[in-house]
Amino acid sequence: MALKIVKGSIDRMFDKNLQDLVRGIRNHKEDEAKYISTCIDEIKQELKQDNIAVKANAVCKLTYLQMLGYDVSWAAFNIVEVMSSSKFTYKRIGYLAASQCFHESTDVIMLTTNQIRKDLSSPNQYDTGVALTGLSCFVTPDLARDLANDIMTLMSHTKPYIRKKAVLIMYKVFLKYPESLRPAFPRLKEKLEDPDPGVQSAAVNVICELARRNPKNYLSLAPLFFKLMTSSTNNWVLIKIIKLFGALTPLEPRLGKKLIEPLTNLIHSTSAMSLLYECVNTVIAVLISLSSGMPNHSASIQVSLRSIQHYLGLLAMSKILKTHPKSVQSHKDLILQCLDDKDESIRLRALDLLYGMVSKKNLMEIVKKLMLHVDKAEGTTYRDELLTKIIDICSQSNYQYITNFEWYISILVELTRLEGTRHGHLIASQMLDVAIRVKAIRAFAVAQMATLLDNAHLLTGNTQRNGICEVLYAAAWICGEFSEHLEDPLSTLEAMLRPKVATLPGHIQAVYVQNAAKLFATVLRGQEGAPADRTVAQETSQLLIDRLPLFVQSANLEVQERASCILQLVKYIQKLQQKDVEVAEEVTALFAGELNPVAPKAQKKVPVPEGLDLDAWINEPPSESESEDEGRKPKGKAVFAKEESKHTKPRYTEVDEKELAKRREVRKAEQANNPFYIKASPSSQKVYQDGVGVEHIPVVQIDLSVPLKVPGMPMSDQYVKLEEERRQKDKADKKKKDKKKRREKGEKGRRRKGDSGPESEEDITPAHMVDITTEEMPENALPSDDDEKDPNDPHKALDIDLDKPLADSEKKLPVRTHRPDEVLRSPVDDGEGVEVVPELKKKSGKEKKDKKKDKDRKMCDIQGNLQDGSQVVVSVIFENKCDSFIKAMEFNVLDSLNSKLQRPEGAGPHDGLTVPFQLPPGISNEARFVFSVQSIVMPQKLKGTLTFIVKTDDSSTHEKLDFKLHFTCTSYLITTPCYSDAYAKLLESGDLKGSSLKLEGVSQPFHHLLARICFHHHFSVVERIGSCASMYSRSIQGHHVCLLVKTADQTVSIDAKCDEPGLLGNVLDEIKLTFSQC
Amino acid sequence: MMRFLLLFSRQGKLRLQKWFTPIPEREKKKIVRDMTTMVLARKPRSCNFLHWKDLKIVYKRYASLYFCCGLDAEENELIALEMLHRYVELLDKYFGNVCELDIIFNFEKAYFILDEFLLGGEIQETSKQVVSRAIEASDMLQETMEEYMSKPAF
Repeated sequence: MALKIVKGSIDRMFDKNLQDLVRGIRNHKEDEAKYISTCIDEIKQELKQDNIAVKANAVCKLTYLQMLGYDVSWAAFNIVEVMSSSKFTYKRIGYLAASQCFHESTDVIMLTTNQIRKDLSSPNQYDTGVALTGLSCFVTPDLARDLANDIMTLMSHTKPYIRKKAVLIMYKVFLKYPESLRPAFPRLKEKLEDPDPGVQSAAVNVICELARRNPKNYLSLAPLFFKLMTSSTNNWVLIKIIKLFGALTPLEPRLGKKLIEPLTNLIHSTSAMSLLYECVNTVIAVLISLSSGMPNHSASIQVSLRSIQHYLGLLAMSKILKTHPKSVQSHKDLILQCLDDKDESIRLRALDLLYGMVSKKNLMEIVKKLMLHVDKAEGTTYRDELLTKIIDICSQSNYQYITNFEWYISILVELTRLEGTRHGHLIASQMLDVAIRVKAIRAFAVAQMATLLDNAHLLTGNTQRNGICEVLYAAAWICGEFSEHLEDPLSTLEAMLRPKVATLPGHIQAVYVQNAAKLFATVLRGQEGAPADRTVAQETSQLLIDRLPLFVQSANLEVQERASCILQLVKYIQKLQQKDVEVAEEVTALFAGELNPVAPKAQKKVPVPEGLDLDAWINEPPSESESEDEGRKPKGKAVFAKEESKHTKPRYTEVDEKELAKRREVRKAEQANNPFYIKASPSSQKVYQDGVGVEHIPVVQIDLSVPLKVPGMPMSDQYVKLEEERRQKDKADKKKKDKKKRREKGEKGRRRKGDSGPESEEDITPAHMVDITTEEMPENALPSDDDEKDPNDPHKALDIDLDKPLADSEKKLPVRTHRPDEVLRSPVDDGEGVEVVPELKKKSGKEKKDKKKDKDRKMCDIQGNLQDGSQVVVSVIFENKCDSFIKAMEFNVLDSLNSKLQRPEGAGPHDGLTVPFQLPPGISNEARFVFSVQSIVMPQKLKGTLTFIVKTDDSSTHEKLDFKLHFTCTSYLITTPCYSDAYAKLLESGDLKGSSLKLEGVSQPFHHLLARICFHHHFSVVERIGSCASMYSRSIQGHHVCLLVKTADQTVSIDAKCDEPGLLGNVLDEIKLTFSQC
Repeated sequence: MMRFLLLFSRQGKLRLQKWFTPIPEREKKKIVRDMTTMVLARKPRSCNFLHWKDLKIVYKRYASLYFCCGLDAEENELIALEMLHRYVELLDKYFGNVCELDIIFNFEKAYFILDEFLLGGEIQETSKQVVSRAIEASDMLQETMEEYMSKPAF
């Protein structure tokens, strides 16, 4: 043994401590991994020793290595060993290591439960603290369940240091073990009014965190938080409370109205930017909840927003934007300025904001500015971001803000000139989308696309820019599909068959080939009208025959297949042409059919036709028992059974011709009504209407001197001008009309203000009347948008109604059975709080007391909570109605022989109890006092005084308030249910003495009367027959009280029986009083 | 709620990590990697807030160390910045003009201070005095390494 000790000491001399390890790692920069692996070997040796100090040292080093990214999970058990050391030095290290290394799947956590429980109840507060801190990092559902009670007890620990830690960790416990929330909540609520600011702020933190996830359960706390908000001076706490209100206001708009003023005051008075920011955020939430805007308040927000750092200001603005777009729109210039900011994240935020700011009116202007930025922007990522944003802005909510689609198409075309963008496919899909969905624009789009195809070399010239060639995909398809709009299909066809096309990606070539065929069909149709020009048609065929072989050789299968197919087709057509056969019609028939846009959600929105039950079985499922039997059958038999069923399944019924014809009819009718059925009628080649806005097509500019611009493209800027003119014209027209009207109306019709101001949204009529969505949806589409909550959200489990009274089973958290029950109860709380037995409220009259001076009003609302035995708990609500600060309150009652205020040990019988809080103006708070009562037979009145210090700005005065506490006899009664047979037995026993009472002139209905007795005097109805009812109640000392209530002609007679005649008499007197008061 | 707090050097070396929610080791490493690359790539004098997945990232550089924390989406970024600053103040008070080496060599102390200041990702104590008092008191309980070395092993 001695040798071992000596050996241990010597070993330790050579141990590395943490500093040595760190130093060593720093000295072995070049072979760090090797050095560390030798260190880990040493640590493994150290962990094998019995000496706990050596182990702790090793664990400490491991914690460091863990941070460097080394796996130390193998040492989990050693960590537990160090945690359970009795020395704080080692315990601290052990818990630190555990909090760093343990996670939910660490299996040794199971072993820690008892150790942690021991540490939690350690007399040394720092042991407890360390355990709580560690637990907060690795709490598992099991630990939470097992330790919830211990932690709950710690919430009422005498040391604030422990209390605040316990309160904070409760949140983690709730998350892991949601059942603990309801039982723990009353105590958590109490902690909101803890005298220690740290505990208070911890409780605020936890409740805010809870309430933010499930705000509706916490609405009832709003008044309390409001008080805290107006009284607290701690910015950290204030921020949390204000954030909580931000979550509550959407549910209760009245709260918002109340908040606006204190919040604006804070905004103007605080110097802390973080608090200001939080206030602004909540004011925004309030404004969102109030449907009616509050212009003066939003003005104050704007002022403050400017002072907040740019990034957060922009974030906040994006929130305001959602509901009050107008107030943000005035900051458009400021936001556009942000686009020039050095910081990319600010620029991106500003872009986000612009997205929400556009309206029909300013879309063109904003996009124009963005286009300028696109040209200037350095760095492809940011430019790509700009590009996507431009497209997002324009296409948002079904192109809601686009009034002129020609302008949009030209924007898209301009965007194709961007160098090296990755978003070619995005532009392409936009082009396709617009061309397909906006019928009126097709002619224009086709013309643009044709020019684009013609200038394809500009897009494909640079290999770096291959992203953009996706656009050609769209261009080719649009030109092919809507080829009847082409002015000169032949030249487009020629452009599509240029040899250069073969350098494009395969999928684009495939589209080219396919659409070349469509164009070919159009050319043929165009030519056949004029038979003189037959040569043109033949030349076209020849062109195809010449050019297509290039594609037939393509390495891309798709291209090859399509090309060879079409090549053969054209060759055949050429033969027919040489024989002078009219082929155009047949060739066009190949590509006939209208393409209708269908909304992505259309299928979902088709209403279920009447009489169709989607849940009904088409084939009756095999019965349960059968399938079970099948499962049990040996394999060979099952095969046999299956085969048998297969034989019987296809049951062909004989159907005659007539029946078949009838069915066909029905099916056709069904198909005709079905919007999704692609009809086979060959005549559906669509005759497209000419675009309404065609006259807007400007004279084509040819600008060959600037090679980067696609020549022949109209510039989008022109549209801005055109649009302006159009609006001017519209406005002028309107004015004219107005004038006319006015003249008709005479001088009375004064011009409205709105007309002279900037034009409003409604004034802007779109150039194209385009209704995009309606035709894409099936008839009778159901208007529903269902976004479901994420069912995996851990906070969902905490959506628990907290206002519901606790049921018996919930009062205590489930505990392991081998633990004694008493441990659960904290020393401080004597059965109050969590374990409240059916709550009894004794409202012995609201005793409002006016002090001599009116400004100094104080209200005592006395409610008694009765416990079993001889204890009565009185809750007193103190409300400060004056506008000075009240502190050092002392509550004192003159004891009677029968009733005594329970004072802490060591206090004299006449000492007052200090109220554990102070009251800022307008605040109320509740304190509870326990009284011991000997006899409950008599009602009691206790005289008491409350002394306190009123603190004003310059002075403080000592004041006194006298009051009376009235303990009525009914307040000693507890509503206890009783069954009628037990009741009958009780009456038969003969132990009870009778007494009776008659009330005259009671006009209220019988059931009201009963309810009144039940409510005010804590009785329960045993049985009621007609105008006669029996009632029962029990006192806290176990006296039975039985009533028989009868009513006839406004007279109520009450026959009462009780084993304590004095009590009964008093109760009856009180009942009489109740009815005389009403 | 704060999800994690990381301290790393300009070279991207992790100096301290605190996870307020249990996260698997592999994910931790990924987050650390993402954070260091993201934050270190930021130019000086650009804004201290970032968005990463569904978290808000708030970081600040103090001398050669970056303090970086991840917050829930509803949190107030400015208060997080204050929290980082408060932590630096606490370190400064404890070590007396704190530098990176203090934290490297006394990393467990840095954790202890943090544990007194934050718990479970929430502020535990807003008063600097109370925090340092708690640290001092628990340090008094802890024997130093020198004491431990000089004591016999039984």
